[in-house]
Amino acid sequence: MCGIVGLFLKDKALEPKLGAMLSEMLVSLSDRGPDSAGIAIYGASSKNETKITIQSARPERDFRGLDVELAKAIGAPVSLAAKSTHAVIRTAPDKVDAAREALQTLRPDVRIMGAGEAVEIYKEVGLPEAVVDRFEVRAMTGTHGIGHTRMATESAVTTMGAHPFSTGADQCLVHNGSLSNHNNVRRELIRDGMTFETENDTEVAAAYLSNRMAHGKNLGEALEGTLSDLDGFFTFVVGTKNGFGVVRDPIACKPAVMAETDQYVAFGSEYRALTKLPGIDNARVWEPEPATVYFWEH
Amino acid sequence: MPATTMSKAEREQGHARVFDLSEHSLRELNQALHKLTPGSNETAWEVLHPRGSHSVAVGVDQPVTIDVRGSVGYYCAGMNDGAAITVHGSAGPGVGENMMSGSIVIKGDASQYAGATGRGGLLVIEGNASSRCGISMKGIDIVVHGNIGHMSAFMAQSGNLVVLGDAGDALGDSIYEARLFVRGKVESLGADCIAKEMRPEHIELLQGLLDKAGVTGVKASEFKRYGSARKLYNFNIDNADAY
Repeated sequence: MCGIVGLFLKDKALEPKLGAMLSEMLVSLSDRGPDSAGIAIYGASSKNETKITIQSARPERDFRGLDVELAKAIGAPVSLAAKSTHAVIRTAPDKVDAAREALQTLRPDVRIMGAGEAVEIYKEVGLPEAVVDRFEVRAMTGTHGIGHTRMATESAVTTMGAHPFSTGADQCLVHNGSLSNHNNVRRELIRDGMTFETENDTEVAAAYLSNRMAHGKNLGEALEGTLSDLDGFFTFVVGTKNGFGVVRDPIACKPAVMAETDQYVAFGSEYRALTKLPGIDNARVWEPEPATVYFWEH
Repeated sequence: MPATTMSKAEREQGHARVFDLSEHSLRELNQALHKLTPGSNETAWEVLHPRGSHSVAVGVDQPVTIDVRGSVGYYCAGMNDGAAITVHGSAGPGVGENMMSGSIVIKGDASQYAGATGRGGLLVIEGNASSRCGISMKGIDIVVHGNIGHMSAFMAQSGNLVVLGDAGDALGDSIYEARLFVRGKVESLGADCIAKEMRPEHIELLQGLLDKAGVTGVKASEFKRYGSARKLYNFNIDNADAY
């Protein structure tokens, strides 16, 4: 099954509540997937700073002193804010590649969840309630975000197998469904220079979009490509630094509901996820059409 | 005064039994409905705050009226056998699945496979229905005021599907003896589904369905009829390409 949610704010007044609203939406879909949950939030961004979200199964060992060691290794200031098993590292944008490389040596067990000017990604095994509590997601501010609660089908129940998947700067994706040609598409993407962390089908979809956008396509065009190049069942919700997109495969058997008001655009696997949003009774609520790309940008 | 602004006490004076799903569980509601026996005086029910809940009012087998004030999730009113159920909102996937008799009215839109496998009764969707509407229908009548999505009436066996708007791709794929009436455009017809002549008996049948569904200002003669070419009933190797 799986449950997915997305929320793209138009009204700045709601930004302090983004984490709380998105958490509520995700928790309401807990029974669609009890295996693991995750959330990506696009918060305040700065051109002078990139955020790298990292994860460790032993945070008390891996995060201690990491900021100092990493700063020394890359020769630039680094800050680190730990939240349970995850931490957000901030450094200069031109030092991100060096930081990724240094992390491999300094902390080989640390995994990178994603990086970008705006995005922070938190995902773990467990129910949505436990995951949003653990990472204090309800207190987070932001412009848009996506979330996922997983019922695993295509790969193991692990932190790295949880969604969202991020395969490019400020890009991430959540997926309800299963892809049948992911091994082949993964091989093609590897040949084109993409790297993969897991055997998961959804990571392939995320990497496919990142790859198309790296080749100059915009989010809408990249999503359009999934309709011909990916085989299987999918409803995707995608975030970029300033955008939010939705696409369903042509068969469209994975459920989807959207709502739009002057204040937001919201996505839920089911209407249940949207019932507590402000003004939902007067929102335009509709089921996104099969094989049709929807996207919004700030 | 709209019912939603009436107090609970005011409504109960009107003899409707009010069930607020923000105060009571879905299971309590469905068990209360299942306990109804023939001749019960509790003939009018009102369900408040459904908030997209699944399986609201499934398996009701007494001729009561149920008004659901708000939108529902999966499988609302499934297996209905005699009740008149109105959803004052939209419905999630599988509304009215396997209805036996009675009626279901959706004031908003319906998601996938509305009325799937229905054996009898009338399902009216005042908005649009999405994909697979009436899939494998077996005697139900479905009237959709708006449009329907792709693969609707797939393997439909009997009953009538009436669409005032347009139909999506592959309408009536592998259809048996159900009748499909579409007023708007059909994106494409599925395997073994063809346009058929509207004879006087079809006009009469359709007019009766439009009347029953409370449709006004629309004439039966504005519709086209679609049904089975009856070439795929039995496997014939020469038809292999059509499957």
